[in-house]
Amino acid sequence: MNDPATAKRAPGWTGQSLERREDAALLTGAGRYADDLGVPAGTLHAAFVRSPHAHARITSIDIADAMALPGVRTVLVGADLREWSKPFVVGVKQPMEHWCIALDKVRYVGEPVAVVVAENRYVAEDALDLVKVEYEPADAVVDAEAAIEKKAPVLHEAVGSNVVSDREFVYGDPDAAFASAAHRVRIKARYPRNSCTPIETYVAVAEYGSEGDYDVLSNFMGPFSLHAVMALALQVPAAKLRLRMPRDGGGSFGVKQGVFPYIVALCLAARKARAPVKWVEDRLEHLVAATSSTGRVTDIEAAVASDGRIQALSYDQIDDCGAYLRAPEPATFYRMHGCLTGAYRIEHLRVRNRVALTNKTPAGLVRGFGGPQVYFALERLVQRIAVELNLDPLEVYKRNFVQSGDFPYRAAAGALLDSGDYTAALELACRRGDLRSLLERRDAARAQGRLYGIGYAAVVEPSISNMGYITTVMTKEARAKAGPKNGAITSATVSIDLLGSVTVSVASVPHGQGHITVLSQVVADVFGLSPGDITVDVELDTRKDAWSVAEGNYSSRFAGAVAGTAHLAAYKLRDKLARIAAAQLNCHESDVVFAAGKVFARKAPETTVAFARLAASPHWAPGLLPEGTAPGLRETATWTPAQLEPPDESDRINTSTCYGFAFDICAVEIDRGTGQVRIDRYVTAHDAGTLLNPALADGQIRGGFAQALGAALMEEFSYRADGSFASGTFADYLVPTAVEVPEPLIAHMETPSPFTPLGAKGIGEGNNMSTPVCIANAIADALGPEVDAEAIVLPMTPSRIIELIAPPETPPVAQVPVPTSGGKQFSASGSINIDAPPEAVYHALHDPKKMQKVIPGCSSLEAVAFNAYRADMSLSVGLVKVTFRVDMTLADEDPMRRIRLSGRGTGALGSAEGDGRITLNKVEEGTRLDYDYAFSLSGKIVSVGARMIESATAMVLRQLFARLGRVASGASPARGLRRRLLRLIGHNDNGAGK
Amino acid sequence: MKPAAFDYIRADSTDEIVHLLAEYGEDARILAGGQSLMAALNMRLAQPRVLIDISRVEDLSTIRVNRGWMQLGAAVTQRAAEMVVRDESTVPLLAQALPHLGHFQTRNRGTVCGSIAHADPSAELPLCLATLGGTVELRSRRRRRRVAAEEFFRGVLTTAREADELIESVRFPLANKQTRYGFVEVSMRHGDFALVALAATVSGEEVRLGVGGVADRPWVQTLPLSTGADLDAALEDLAWKLGAQDDQHASARYRRHIVRNLGAQLINRLRS
Repeated sequence: MNDPATAKRAPGWTGQSLERREDAALLTGAGRYADDLGVPAGTLHAAFVRSPHAHARITSIDIADAMALPGVRTVLVGADLREWSKPFVVGVKQPMEHWCIALDKVRYVGEPVAVVVAENRYVAEDALDLVKVEYEPADAVVDAEAAIEKKAPVLHEAVGSNVVSDREFVYGDPDAAFASAAHRVRIKARYPRNSCTPIETYVAVAEYGSEGDYDVLSNFMGPFSLHAVMALALQVPAAKLRLRMPRDGGGSFGVKQGVFPYIVALCLAARKARAPVKWVEDRLEHLVAATSSTGRVTDIEAAVASDGRIQALSYDQIDDCGAYLRAPEPATFYRMHGCLTGAYRIEHLRVRNRVALTNKTPAGLVRGFGGPQVYFALERLVQRIAVELNLDPLEVYKRNFVQSGDFPYRAAAGALLDSGDYTAALELACRRGDLRSLLERRDAARAQGRLYGIGYAAVVEPSISNMGYITTVMTKEARAKAGPKNGAITSATVSIDLLGSVTVSVASVPHGQGHITVLSQVVADVFGLSPGDITVDVELDTRKDAWSVAEGNYSSRFAGAVAGTAHLAAYKLRDKLARIAAAQLNCHESDVVFAAGKVFARKAPETTVAFARLAASPHWAPGLLPEGTAPGLRETATWTPAQLEPPDESDRINTSTCYGFAFDICAVEIDRGTGQVRIDRYVTAHDAGTLLNPALADGQIRGGFAQALGAALMEEFSYRADGSFASGTFADYLVPTAVEVPEPLIAHMETPSPFTPLGAKGIGEGNNMSTPVCIANAIADALGPEVDAEAIVLPMTPSRIIELIAPPETPPVAQVPVPTSGGKQFSASGSINIDAPPEAVYHALHDPKKMQKVIPGCSSLEAVAFNAYRADMSLSVGLVKVTFRVDMTLADEDPMRRIRLSGRGTGALGSAEGDGRITLNKVEEGTRLDYDYAFSLSGKIVSVGARMIESATAMVLRQLFARLGRVASGASPARGLRRRLLRLIGHNDNGAGK
Repeated sequence: MKPAAFDYIRADSTDEIVHLLAEYGEDARILAGGQSLMAALNMRLAQPRVLIDISRVEDLSTIRVNRGWMQLGAAVTQRAAEMVVRDESTVPLLAQALPHLGHFQTRNRGTVCGSIAHADPSAELPLCLATLGGTVELRSRRRRRRVAAEEFFRGVLTTAREADELIESVRFPLANKQTRYGFVEVSMRHGDFALVALAATVSGEEVRLGVGGVADRPWVQTLPLSTGADLDAALEDLAWKLGAQDDQHASARYRRHIVRNLGAQLINRLRS
């Protein structure tokens, strides 16, 4: 598809490190983000009721109290959905339903259950607490390997299992290669769930029109195949779902893809409210429930010759996609499928892919998408090959790399690696990073007993995804039935206005990358203008602009696809202008030159026409156009690379258009005392084909590197075994700041892609793929071969490192026995002495009036049955106050002596469940009460306060039993008037229970 | 993330504050720097009826350095304290600890007394106050009282302050020439709450070692000054006594490891 006329690019603006045109506005607060844009008069505001449970059946939802709150207009609940919408379509045929909000079951903490629509966000949030949802909790499963076991709790009963896809692929003859291999090297690698968190969270404003159409403003980023998913869910033709996207996006990194179910929910909420509805996701909502990278467990094995040549690879992968398979999942697997052999010449490949559902937030696009998961396994394996065969890792790389003469190279699973010189890139990195000095430093450090290590990583960085790759998840028979899918269709429009100025519009939906800058460079070169002469429109309106299925801000498609297509569109228009000019300049159209704002004939450069004058003329005098030239100065180019074919009969698939390359070197030193990792040097060498703006390419590398450093050392969505989520704030989901991110040494080489119009490839995701594993390899090297290779997991926190290197501990003999937690997260036990006989304590527990005094902040208590109470209580821990409605049951296991007291409560901040025993022992001064409790908590309170929750709950239990003691012994809890009186007479009650 | 409705009262005097506290008690919260409170309000973890803004009460913004104490009023920012303790003769432990406390942007607003009142078990200021044997000056409409720091911290976010009391000031003892002071902490990132923070004073043959981030409150242990195996044994004992717990950032074992390791490093450093 190369335009032969432009394959050899003339020197121009393209390729220069021009400053970003976007920055002046962004840095002075003049950005136009979704939340900044005006909304229609009468726009209402939404807030979401979300599940505190990881897994539960919804038994009832009562919205009456919420509706009665002044300012509340409506509450959208699951029952409304059936009338107006359908579940989202997914990539695999399974009877699982994913609606935009939960219908009868919740499957992850934070899952939307209802949408409150009110006059402002404050009132909407006030009403959240008034929507009464009754849940019947079920056991949750959070570990992917546990989820695929037969006895695991099943998320979608109709599927009957948590495995929603299980596919095996064989390329070449891996069995023979493994059977005859001199060595087999394997490693089990686990990639965690994390994200690349944008500063700007999801935003959507939806309106339901009089013609049954939906009009949405959102910071959605594509892929625009999801437009079809939304329209189908809303049961409207695509034309009746208008999406508008603003000029500026506050970071996306793939993550903004996950706004689409919310767009559908807000469309329905607007329909029910009969008014436009706006929602801005808050940070807590974003961290808990927006999206996540896909977690993965990979069992990877290589058949290796004695010289380190990898003869075959075997992957057994389980993806943790969370509670629903949300489009485009299971794409995390299939985006990388064609290039699972990485940068290596490996003919034989075996792959098993299982998609597991777990009680976690649905997974989706996160920068690097699929790459970090694959390379964490593959590049750890390459390090293991070097270690186990006692080879220099660099030799292992060089012996296995696809060689520069091999391109374009068809990889085993179908990727057509377009261009590159991997060995040259490796050498560039070693040279630029002065590897020799690092090796010397390592020797010196080790001689002193310090922990110093060097790691490497080689990654092939795919860009411009094949829309057909996802169909690899289907068998060839199913594909035949569904019809072929392929391509990476891209549109761009260039137009010239009445005064001869040039405007470019694209459907790339930028989120900070600098698309405006680069497009103005590329188009300026075509017309011989300056970048400042070019107006670039990156706002997108699906009703007005040219767009198609593959459009959007993902798969690093801008440089190769979007800028290339804009270049083609500009050429279409230039060719037309050249025809017009040729008539005026009396030359052949191929001899018309556009340079320095002028147009002239190549052979008569002294006779020039100003570009603007020439370019405007067809508007004013269309009748004077040369014969056969259509009027109008607006050209749209639509491009798709020919190399992107659907999967073939043997499941080979060229998953992407281009494959860039990165080779990284990382040197770290680990502090033995604290386990902290210091990066001594990080080198990253890239080949992304032709660089359109090297400064912007460096920006992409720095940004990806910073996020990847986070993934390597600190970022993780942390779930507890019961599915409660513990990373709901930026105090717990730790993103590296400027202080933690060292400056990487960046090196570039340029091997143009033969498959894109400008020879450019993507560069936006390489470090997200290479850096986590490169740092992990460096850490593994520093810790030495005695540390279990599989214990190198991400993020490699100081705590995890110390667990690997610290000497074993010997607990003191007098350790208090650890209470049994009975499958729950936490446990607490203790004793208090009560100045009353056991009978009095026992009776207090069974007396509703007394129990009302025992329970902290108890505003009401009713006995719902014998030994069963329902109470509204509030607990204060410092400035935090939690209100719960609690159901409690008492059971005598040994009357007057041992009582089981269990309770379950739900409130605005989450849910709690406790189960334990109280033992009453008669002692001289009254009673010694022993308690032994297991409890679990879920919802917001854990998401934002996990760090302190265990101690806080233990303290609350202590306070509760102290109050029981006071009530049983006849002393009223020190409250109210009595307390004031006591204080007046100088009694200072410093006891617990305030 | 919008707070529930509340009334806002900007107090003009300490008298007004304690009258308001007497009136509203538990339903009121003091707003000083707002660095913990505003987040708690927005997340609706706290839903007080009234916020009493004390930041403009001049009496509460004073720092007094005399008679062996540095006294910081309720509205004194962490940054203001940081400026004063640059003078080595004041409170050298604070000079070492304050740069770890959040970021200068948060220290510009956050107050010393606010951090003491909040009693986060991982926070640096409660740890320093307890280690140095400082005091908390409480005032209600009816009385004033002084509580020793070690008595003041009662558990997670829990203190001896009564609902009608204002922490009018806190007092840190001034540097003693015969005493050496040291602070060290481990956190995931610069400015984060400590995974483990250690503060120590060594005077004569006595060590006071304070540990933050492990127990449910700052924990201060007095140890005889020792080295080698004796010191290791003392720290081993302390490491287990604190009841460390696992959380998503660090295991209980890690916290014990840091207490042993950095504890020994810190004490050895101060000894030499």
